Amino acid sequence: MTTTTTTTTATTTPTTPTGYVRPATVADLIAARADHPDWAVLCGGTDLMVEAPLRPAPAGVIDVWGLAELRGISELDDGGGAAVRIGAATPWTEVIASALVAARAPILVAAAREIGALQIQARGTIGGNVGTSSPVGDSLPVLLALDAVLELRSPRGARTVPYRDYPISYRKTALAADEVIVAVRLPAPHPEARQHWRKVGTRRAQSISKVMAAAVLRVEAGRFVEARLGLGAVADRPVRAPHAEAALLGAPVGAATADAVAAALAHDVAPITDVRSTAAYRLQTLQHVVRRFVLETA
Amino acid sequence: MNVTIEVNGERRTVDVDPWRRLLDVLREDLRLTGTKEGCGEGECGACTVLLDGAPVNSCLVAAGQCDGRAVVTVEGLARRDGGEVLLHEVQRALVERGGAQCGICTPGIAVCAAYVIDAEPAVAAAGSGAGGDGDARAKVRELLSGNICRCTGYQLIVDAVVEAARARQGGGSR
Repeated sequence: MTTTTTTTTATTTPTTPTGYVRPATVADLIAARADHPDWAVLCGGTDLMVEAPLRPAPAGVIDVWGLAELRGISELDDGGGAAVRIGAATPWTEVIASALVAARAPILVAAAREIGALQIQARGTIGGNVGTSSPVGDSLPVLLALDAVLELRSPRGARTVPYRDYPISYRKTALAADEVIVAVRLPAPHPEARQHWRKVGTRRAQSISKVMAAAVLRVEAGRFVEARLGLGAVADRPVRAPHAEAALLGAPVGAATADAVAAALAHDVAPITDVRSTAAYRLQTLQHVVRRFVLETA
Repeated sequence: MNVTIEVNGERRTVDVDPWRRLLDVLREDLRLTGTKEGCGEGECGACTVLLDGAPVNSCLVAAGQCDGRAVVTVEGLARRDGGEVLLHEVQRALVERGGAQCGICTPGIAVCAAYVIDAEPAVAAAGSGAGGDGDARAKVRELLSGNICRCTGYQLIVDAVVEAARARQGGGSR
């Protein structure tokens, strides 16, 4: 008991006090990032704060929780029809409550509802999910299927990056050291496109995913003319499925195509065996899930 | 740094490291030990408090982030009327139904359930829908899925929350 108390005190009170700044604007945030390149950008804390007393504290914290410019959901005409723009620091609770997201991207609402429970949804944000870039980040397969675009800013200016090009390898991303994630844009989907989402975990609530799949599929005259698959927990990062998508495009609806797509998936993923599941289970489950997506799209 | 938090309606200022967990500030610095630590990784909900009105795991909130914000802990759910302490109706229901076993999860459950009853009118409505009682229970289970009871005493907890939601729906006040 004495040992535990001592340890807790020693680790929760770092010898050097942790730096702290709460920027009021995105311009201030970018300046803070330039001034303190080694500080952590902290928002809802659902990743960075896990077991905080047992891990070394960061040199400092740039706190973006509640930064108004980073928060909120709006409609944005970016030339290709009205896109939905979600500020990076928007918590899942707001995504779940948004009629605009529900109308355009129902699979993002479905995924958000399965992220933890109320407590995590109130603090976890879309920008945090993108920034952490875990292979099991629950919204990330959805962003791939929806062809999301990221708005990034740095002292060098603003740029947009297709989310597809953002995850590079295990928790490595295209974000430059001086950049911040400002927003996620969801292009307007084709009105005839169907969206699919499935998360498989140990239990329905509060579980970390074993397999995730999101899809946007569109059929014209009985053939698939649009197909984007976003997969999670089956590779070192969230991935699209080029082989499976190629097997879909131009193919007729029905069981033969579903089987071909399921077979092609084996070439798109590299699942591992770890504490949560096995490689074989992950591949087989993924194939079942995607097969069902295809069969449901008629 | 100096952090000023409105805790249960009262302004409190503490000199703490900004990386310190809100959970530790509450329990150790402010001696509000009603909030419990279960897992320390945001899974179990035992440390649930309201931050600016929303239920959060206080083990995942950095103290610096709380400066200028409002926190409600389980100690702040009851209302004082003169010398009398009036429990929140969900606390009353938990007591009357026996919705507690070892008690470690109870404060987090009380805070989250009070939030649900005060802020999520959909729950109160669920019981009157075509699905009847099963509907309400399923909804309460979903909303409380971030609060884990390792004694697995969910039945009486759900009974209590559904009952409190019904009381609210019937026009009862706290």
